[in-house]
Amino acid sequence: MSSINRRDFGIAVVATMLLPVTMARAEDSEAKDLEVHIDNFVFEPAQLAVKAGTSVTWMNRDDIPHTVVCAGKFRSKTLDTDDKFTFTFTAAGEYKYFCSLHPHMQGTIKVE
Amino acid sequence: MSAFDHDHDEGSGVSRRKVLECMTWAGTGVLWTITGGVPRSLGLVGSAEAAEASKAMTFMQISDSHVGFDKPANPNALGTLEEAVGKINAMPAKPSFMIHTGDITHLSKAKEFDDADRIISQTKLDVHYVPGEHDFIDEEVKLYKERYGKGTRGAGYYSFDAGGVHFVGLVNVVDLKAGGLGNLGNDQLEWLENDLKGRSKSTPIVLFAHIPLWTVYPTWGWGTEDGARALDYVKGFGSVTVLNGHIHQVMQKVEGNVTFHTARSTAFPQPAPGAAPSPGPMKVEDSKLRSMLGVATVNFKQVNSPLAIVDTPLQG
Repeated sequence: MSSINRRDFGIAVVATMLLPVTMARAEDSEAKDLEVHIDNFVFEPAQLAVKAGTSVTWMNRDDIPHTVVCAGKFRSKTLDTDDKFTFTFTAAGEYKYFCSLHPHMQGTIKVE
Repeated sequence: MSAFDHDHDEGSGVSRRKVLECMTWAGTGVLWTITGGVPRSLGLVGSAEAAEASKAMTFMQISDSHVGFDKPANPNALGTLEEAVGKINAMPAKPSFMIHTGDITHLSKAKEFDDADRIISQTKLDVHYVPGEHDFIDEEVKLYKERYGKGTRGAGYYSFDAGGVHFVGLVNVVDLKAGGLGNLGNDQLEWLENDLKGRSKSTPIVLFAHIPLWTVYPTWGWGTEDGARALDYVKGFGSVTVLNGHIHQVMQKVEGNVTFHTARSTAFPQPAPGAAPSPGPMKVEDSKLRSMLGVATVNFKQVNSPLAIVDTPLQG
């Protein structure tokens, strides 16, 4: 397939614009950043595929605190209602995470 | 192995028919006696209970105070804890001591622990605590242990004897595994096995921990991954009572000589398993809230004789 979709094209343009800047930081390209909400003890979306360099922000909208923990990779502080946690994924791979307080809450970020 | 392998002595022997008969009472009564591990309802809490209690060793169970919680389900969790303490202080027969089955605080803040202690100490009772997951979420995970960890092992487990009953406080809220339930862990289980070894099988045993040791509803994480191993160690004992919190509602189950019981919260109710999209705080009409919060009284008359668990709502 040689056609390029709009989203990839956008990213390509952004990447080109950032090229001259040394060590372009992922959080500079806001368009790519994504959110995962916590509602009713569920990560939504529970599965998310992102490009390397993407920042993902979790926001707790429950009345109960939660955490976001990926063994050996990242661990949020305890997130009370409306608290957020952001992690920037720099390396490709599959990141399975869970809430260490309510371990039945699980999610995956797939980084390409 | 017979069908009645728990039925090993006259004092606490229970026939299957009796168990089933008594099980039909579960969920309707608020006052319980337990004979050889089998509860039967005595009716509403009142003067009869007070008279009963005066002849027995009693202790209180309080749970899930969530001090610091201020969301719509109960904007003043400290206030309802204070009401619960008022109920305890007004009891005609002073309990011997109290156990707290965890989630003392909502967010493990120093002020929350301070406030909880200020109110709970007004009972002037010895309080034996086990932690809930909400008591271990300060950044350095040290406040609970500083306050309540003295003389305990691991994350805070221990045992003690009172009135001829052996009490074991267990911790099942640390090192939780993704996708799993509550967790006791190997070290604690080995300690438990040794702690119980050599004790007379006629010693009544009380196990207490935050998350139910039996599987209540795994979809919401209401159970303990390796709880069955703990229950294996108490199998030979004539009378075993398992007291938990975490689910903010009264639930009972009887299995052989083991009676399982969960206490109400003093802070906010949670829905019955599967009755809502999540186990989060349940907002009920203000007039109903206090009927869904409360404390429990446990009553031992003497070794191997009736034990009563009385769940007292703050109102109604």
